[in-house]
Amino acid sequence: MEPSKMEQEQAILTSRDNFKMLRAMVGISALCGFLIVLTYEGTLPRVERLRAEALEKAIFRVIPGTSTTEAFAFDGSTFTKAGDNATDIVYVGYDDLGNLKGVAIEASGQGYADIIKILYGYNPEKQHIIGFYVLETKETPGLGDKIEKDKDFLANFSALDVSLSDDLEKIVNKVVTVKQGTKQNPWEIDGITGATISSRAIGNIIGESTLTWIPRIKKNLEKMKRNE
Amino acid sequence: MSEVTSHSTEAKVAPSSTDEFIKGLWRENPVFVQVLGMCPVLAVSNTAENALAMGLATAFVLLMSNILVSSLQNFIPKQVRIASYILIIATFVTITDYTIQAISVELHKSLGAFISLIVVNCLILSRAEAFASKNTVGKSIMDALGMGGGFVFALFCLGAVREVMGNGTFFGLSLFPEGFQSWIVMILPAGGFFTLAAWLLIFNLLQQKKSKQ
Amino acid sequence: MNSESFWSIFINASLVNNFVLAYFLGICPFLGVSGKMETASKMGGAVTFVMLISSICAYGIHVFLVAINAPFLQLISYIVVIASTVQLVEMFIKKMSPSLFRALGIFLPLITTNCAILGLALFQTNKGYSFLQSIVYALGAGAGFTLALILIAGFREQLEFAEVPKVTKGTVLTLMIAGILSLAFMGFSGLAT
Repeated sequence: MEPSKMEQEQAILTSRDNFKMLRAMVGISALCGFLIVLTYEGTLPRVERLRAEALEKAIFRVIPGTSTTEAFAFDGSTFTKAGDNATDIVYVGYDDLGNLKGVAIEASGQGYADIIKILYGYNPEKQHIIGFYVLETKETPGLGDKIEKDKDFLANFSALDVSLSDDLEKIVNKVVTVKQGTKQNPWEIDGITGATISSRAIGNIIGESTLTWIPRIKKNLEKMKRNE
Repeated sequence: MSEVTSHSTEAKVAPSSTDEFIKGLWRENPVFVQVLGMCPVLAVSNTAENALAMGLATAFVLLMSNILVSSLQNFIPKQVRIASYILIIATFVTITDYTIQAISVELHKSLGAFISLIVVNCLILSRAEAFASKNTVGKSIMDALGMGGGFVFALFCLGAVREVMGNGTFFGLSLFPEGFQSWIVMILPAGGFFTLAAWLLIFNLLQQKKSKQ
Repeated sequence: MNSESFWSIFINASLVNNFVLAYFLGICPFLGVSGKMETASKMGGAVTFVMLISSICAYGIHVFLVAINAPFLQLISYIVVIASTVQLVEMFIKKMSPSLFRALGIFLPLITTNCAILGLALFQTNKGYSFLQSIVYALGAGAGFTLALILIAGFREQLEFAEVPKVTKGTVLTLMIAGILSLAFMGFSGLAT
């Protein structure tokens, strides 16, 4: 009689334990979920605004003379004004009079330490890259981060040639990084001796990106102009 | 005789709230004494600003998690306590991550994935298990503030040294004339190891001197 | 879409950007278990195994979270999965090899708070690796972690018989060796493609 009573009590205890455990886990999960969602929704507008501001500043840097910008999305054949969830976006910069000053394109690729994200500006009239800005980098400080700071390196990007063939289908000479001091052609980037891998990475990133984007942009330029 | 007995009865009185606070700063400093929470300490301490921001973020998570764990201590049964603590800590880390994004895009980029890694900082889990789950909310707050303060202090020591020697700047302000060739190794990962070893060495020396007195 | 080759990912994760010596992940077990070569290699093996499984799960979770548009649940889901994986591995080792279980002791549950595993999950998500790329990344990271652990254990075993100043014994010495190793590993940067 008594052992079974003890067993009964023990059984009730375990099920009460189980209930307590379940209650605790579910309760805490619910509380945590609530707090996270609250913070996420609360900070979202400001985070997006900050990101948009930072992007605009970067665009102004790579397309000198810009005062307003507009985002265009590529849908496979042509460009239309970018909606909220658009991918494959480029940014067009206009001056005060509404003239198209250039197109800013984002590109990224593997650097030495991690992915490097850049923004470069393209001038369709002159068929040159006219500006370059590193958005995100984790390259080695003092070595790889020279791609952001070295004046001679940055000077490469004020008139980097990305001319297209007559049929507007291909880049005639792909952008490439060469050893420091051996730059001979306008489509070459003079590398940085102490930061070979990082500077070569930039050359690859721009080279690949321009192959895809420059023909697309040059062919559909009219869609992106404002006052003509 | 009476003085001796009064000394021994004083030693048995429970530590006051201020004592909980102070112990975290020096005597039980999480980095220099307990050697906990190492990963972020080394990774993010390459500038004084990053180190400070990381320290404050960790201290914030520690404070909030201590408060929550302490208030819920009777609600959480023993078997699921570690899982609950981890859930709570992860929640506050996520909150901190989004808050930092909302404050400064630059700062968030420099700290990167290491904000999320605060969740595996052994310090926070150890305080929750060893202290907050067994003490009042008030005392837990003091403990968190003390440990958090000690952590920020340690991180700052590391970040300041590494930035000054490795970059010639302090909080971004240049300290040396143009021609100064900084000791780049200090901002590299190796420098992190060396600087921490140096600080620990100094700390050990001080402890040794104190115990000899 | 990340276009890195498998070979490049592996070399990168194990040597060029070694998780312990370059990213400072996994320092706690690094300082704690690296006293003996045998425990070091076993810990390395266990960590690699957990990394592999966590990497696969993290990939799946990421795809799911993107589908339901809830990116803010990323951290919590990753850590829960890692904690569960470690539990399973612990039970598995206990059944399969009780001696190994006793040797690893407290360190097995500590793998949960091992920044290296969570770091792996977060990094592979940020880099946008595909499923196969993630697996290679996990293998590379685990191999690199094991390598660093074994190297330090080897050094420490040798140093047991050397006469070092008392203040430096233990953690300080390990950190100094780690610093020199980290510098040495930077020599691998030439392997980066």
